[in-house]
Amino acid sequence: MQPINYMKLEFSSKSSNEGFARVVAAAFVSQVDPTIEEMADVKTAVSEAVTNAIIHGYENTSGLVRMECILYNDGVEITVEDEGQGIEDVNLARQPMYTSKPEMERSGMGFTVMESFMDRVEVISEVGKGTKVSMFKKFKSLAKE
Amino acid sequence: MKVKISYKGNTLIAGIIGELDHHSAEYVREKIDSELIKATTKNVIFDFSKVTFMDSSGIGVIMGRFKNVSKLSGKLSVTNVNPQLMRIFEMSGLLKVIPVYDNIDIAINKM
Repeated sequence: MQPINYMKLEFSSKSSNEGFARVVAAAFVSQVDPTIEEMADVKTAVSEAVTNAIIHGYENTSGLVRMECILYNDGVEITVEDEGQGIEDVNLARQPMYTSKPEMERSGMGFTVMESFMDRVEVISEVGKGTKVSMFKKFKSLAKE
Repeated sequence: MKVKISYKGNTLIAGIIGELDHHSAEYVREKIDSELIKATTKNVIFDFSKVTFMDSSGIGVIMGRFKNVSKLSGKLSVTNVNPQLMRIFEMSGLLKVIPVYDNIDIAINKM
């Protein structure tokens, strides 16, 4: 599978950029014409990853969030990266309903949503250094028989 | 993002209009909570017919309001949920505690 396009975007860790990032990702993948449902899946997963970077990575302090997209004929790989505080226990963070911020009314479903809307989610994190979330989705509507 | 507040009988209807994410969640929370303080009713129906996007932040907003009204013996339900949002509702376990109805009329009958 050969990449057909690539993009990189860097933006401030402001919550108003959550909408910006997911619209950019959706516009980028729309080039290969996935279904509306597949686009919505990508938007939701990006929104979760970027929200995590802003509220957990940077804990609402200012920093930069980087999003990279590698587009294939029938899929996309999206990486969302921050240089924030990192996750101490990634396995715990990925548990459904686990949240380190219940007082903020966080549902603890961020990683679960990413995992169910994308085909593969990898998390690399180091305390004090930051977190990198890589997500891959194959657009089944476009897969060749 | 807008929240359109209306009343049907003794029930507060919160019409969510636009994209419900972490960025807009705070506004939605404040809008509904401040309305509930003024209101005589403790029953809330969320109308999601005009929600164009929602991620897991929306689950937090719904669960938070559910906890608040439950403490006051109020009831809460959600209506007009599209299939994409329904998937998030299902995986969050929200459906186990909060009823979801096709439309506002049904939700009012069940209040």
